[in-house]
Amino acid sequence: MQPGDTLILAAPKITRSTLALYAGASGDHNPVHIDLDACRAVGIPDVFAHGMLSMAYLGRLLTDRFPQERIRSFEVRFSAITPVNSTPTCTGTVTRVQDGLAHLDLTVTLPDGTVTLTGSAAVTIER
Amino acid sequence: MAIDRSIIGSRSPEHSVDVERGRLRFFARATGQSDPVYTDPEAAKAAGHRDLPVPPTFLFCLDMDNPDRGRFLADLGVDIRTILHGGQAFEYHAQAYAGDRLTFSTVVEDVYAKRGGALEFIVRATHVTRDGEPVATLTGTVVVRDPKAA
Repeated sequence: MQPGDTLILAAPKITRSTLALYAGASGDHNPVHIDLDACRAVGIPDVFAHGMLSMAYLGRLLTDRFPQERIRSFEVRFSAITPVNSTPTCTGTVTRVQDGLAHLDLTVTLPDGTVTLTGSAAVTIER
Repeated sequence: MAIDRSIIGSRSPEHSVDVERGRLRFFARATGQSDPVYTDPEAAKAAGHRDLPVPPTFLFCLDMDNPDRGRFLADLGVDIRTILHGGQAFEYHAQAYAGDRLTFSTVVEDVYAKRGGALEFIVRATHVTRDGEPVATLTGTVVVRDPKAA
């Protein structure tokens, strides 16, 4: 684990079924993610993904590499909407290793280059 | 619609949630998680866990069980179709597991506006505890878009 090390997770395509499943599993039933009619009634052209679904993929990126109990902090900003039928890619890059912690920069991007999430995590490293 | 800054410091009633294996398996399926540590208690135990671990972002989902969650925005007159999630942070103190009873306590940390009030931000911190011991702190930012300013 050293600066520059990179983790990548190719998330699956986020279909309408993915969003219905995530709405049920997460308890977030906001209609903007599952109900096209409710979206159009307020001028939103189509449903879009829960930001927390992308953050869950970033969580997988971390737990695929580190035992979860080593994650000390994990945070993101949501910078763009993820349209339905997008296929995001999660990337984590170690920026520094200091005082027993590895610090990672995190991003989620869409194939067209749109960055949907940026964030960071701090993970305890093996001694 | 200006959100009253006097709500800063206000607390929502605490609520408690029993973490269930079935919900964790459903979440694993919904997020494409194939690591058996998150679905099979035996695999979890083999990896040193006492039961299925609560995945990193699932504490946020458990807080969705808050019976007052919808009321908070409704009382402010906010239509949930006009909100966006601006940011989310987790600070972890102890690993949570299936079988745990977790208590969630939320306080409004900040309220501010941008773009002349077209976007309003509500920042809330949620302290999660188990038997009074800290498990995690969640900090979430909700962005309220003024539909008239669109």
